[in-house]
Amino acid sequence: MAQKPSRSSVTWSRERIETTLGTILKVLSIILFLIVTAFPLYWMLNLSFRPYGDVLVNPARLVPRAQDIAAVFAPLKCIGGNNPDLCASAIRNSSYAAVLLEYNFLTFIRNSVIIAGLTVALSLILAIPAAYAVTRLEFPGRDIFSWGILLIYLFPAIVIGIPLFVFFVRIQQALGIELRNPYGVTIIYLASTLPLALYMLRSYFLTIPKDLEEAALIDGANRLGVIWRITIPLAIPAIATVALYVFMIAWNEFLYALLFLIDSPPSWTLPLGLQQLDGQEVPRTFLMAGSVIITVPVIVIFFFFERFLTRGLTAGGVKG
Amino acid sequence: MATQSDVASGVVRRRGLSLKQRHAALAYTLLLPTLLVISLIVIFPMLWNVVLSFQLIRLRDLPTINLFDLSNLSLKNYATATGITLGGAEATSTAAGRRFWEALRVTFIYTIASTVLAILLGLWAALVVRDKFPGRNIFRGFLLFPYVAPVVSLAFIWKLMLDKNIGIVNAMGTRLGLPSLSFLTTRALPVHLFGLEVTLPLALITVIAFEAWHYFPFAFLFLLARMQAIPEEMYEAAKVDGASPLQRLWYITLPHLSAVMGTLFLLRFIWTFNKFEDIFLLNGGAAGTEVLTLQIYNWLFARRNVGVSAAVAVILAVILSILALIYLRWFLPEEE
Repeated sequence: MAQKPSRSSVTWSRERIETTLGTILKVLSIILFLIVTAFPLYWMLNLSFRPYGDVLVNPARLVPRAQDIAAVFAPLKCIGGNNPDLCASAIRNSSYAAVLLEYNFLTFIRNSVIIAGLTVALSLILAIPAAYAVTRLEFPGRDIFSWGILLIYLFPAIVIGIPLFVFFVRIQQALGIELRNPYGVTIIYLASTLPLALYMLRSYFLTIPKDLEEAALIDGANRLGVIWRITIPLAIPAIATVALYVFMIAWNEFLYALLFLIDSPPSWTLPLGLQQLDGQEVPRTFLMAGSVIITVPVIVIFFFFERFLTRGLTAGGVKG
Repeated sequence: MATQSDVASGVVRRRGLSLKQRHAALAYTLLLPTLLVISLIVIFPMLWNVVLSFQLIRLRDLPTINLFDLSNLSLKNYATATGITLGGAEATSTAAGRRFWEALRVTFIYTIASTVLAILLGLWAALVVRDKFPGRNIFRGFLLFPYVAPVVSLAFIWKLMLDKNIGIVNAMGTRLGLPSLSFLTTRALPVHLFGLEVTLPLALITVIAFEAWHYFPFAFLFLLARMQAIPEEMYEAAKVDGASPLQRLWYITLPHLSAVMGTLFLLRFIWTFNKFEDIFLLNGGAAGTEVLTLQIYNWLFARRNVGVSAAVAVILAVILSILALIYLRWFLPEEE
């Protein structure tokens, strides 16, 4: 491409034609991909900053008006002020403030953080020793265990969902224990995160040389001490990746929340809360504000840890 | 297996039997919590689901019925679900059976089409991103957005963008003189193409497009990783031999990707086959988009029939087990 002869002696060889066409196609492709990926993201933001009335009249307004953006931020100035009536109307007119304060999104955020945090902690506590056992110890049934985990990973969530639903209803009936709350569903979330955590950690542990551990064992350290002081510190990058993925899966999870939490609104997670908002007489623009609130943490995580995450993804194959 | 037992016997010879036993004991201890959790939330429900599929249980009976009464198991639920008379158990209505076969057909079309489209889009994106250009990393970040964002948000964005009255897509379309469409609720759209009248299953096409868009970044990342592992010398050599860019793509790049594409296809096929929330959130399975997972949900909560719902779930699980076995048998060993 660099060795271009002068214009007059250009020969349109096949190489040149195809390279030129390729470049044109590439530029067009970049534009096209940006339209289908970045534009929806932008449009979500756009709609979340406009009053519904404006969207109805002018659906294709590409940039929100300045006064509409100001209205969204208006409650910031009045909260804690001395005019509650004015503040209430400012909140109603601001999509974000309304969703957070009037539609209980603060509660949903709390629930989602609790569930996702617990799911990360439990997944790691369970998966690290198990992954260690599978990669470092010989025992009958090891292969069956490894393959079994993979099979579970391919299995449909809804098939597990029905009997668990029946089970939870009966437990509540028989023992009076209501498991359909954020803590109860955390256990169920493990069905989708634990196989992933195990699989990714297993692949990583296989790449860590055993020499250090073996040396420590010969020196008389016990196994659990070795896991704690050698294996885990060496695997920190993988553990961090797994933690982030498990967090994102739990944060995005919808089906189990729908099956198990639908009857108790105070326990709703963000995705369920947002989906339920759809059924009510709520301006569509509020839905978009809710979508932005759910999406931003995930985008931020991905933005900061992208390299980490893409490497982990191709190593483990994260289900979506 | 052979190497494993060799290693094991070597250990036995060198250090005596107790070490092997100690290892096994420690391994089981480390695995025990995981095994317990998995048994409780995966294996036990899966097996119980099979039992439920042979029992006649309605949602309202759930708190009172004796679930452990296994005396009157029958194939009635399967008959009702599929509309086929099984072992003397007749279907209660033929309409339900027709819905099942329709859902099975839709599930296969939806899964195959969106999987193939997602992989092709992923391949295209990987080819675009392979060589450096200004802003490549940011571009790559945008490409990942549909994959990492919560599906609830993605579905709502699509619903609003495709809305008949306030959607940007229809707003732009009408400016170009196109009719305004209800993308997610139109079962059949008659279209005149070159004098031929074709009916398009618009809602199904839309959910397929959504699914392909949602998951193409997954294929993109795998294909890009594989592409970047192809040695540069191969391209140099081909160039010296006079191979054009298109020939290099066809004879070098694509053959290197075929194994990954096979794995991707099967993985995505399995995951799309049991996907529930995407269509549920987009249009609830309306207008000819009811896939099997949605039918399971509808049997449970709309028709409030636990038994039939479990029966359809078993059918889904059986189809998936076959696919999963294919995956483990033929595709995975190649990758490792």
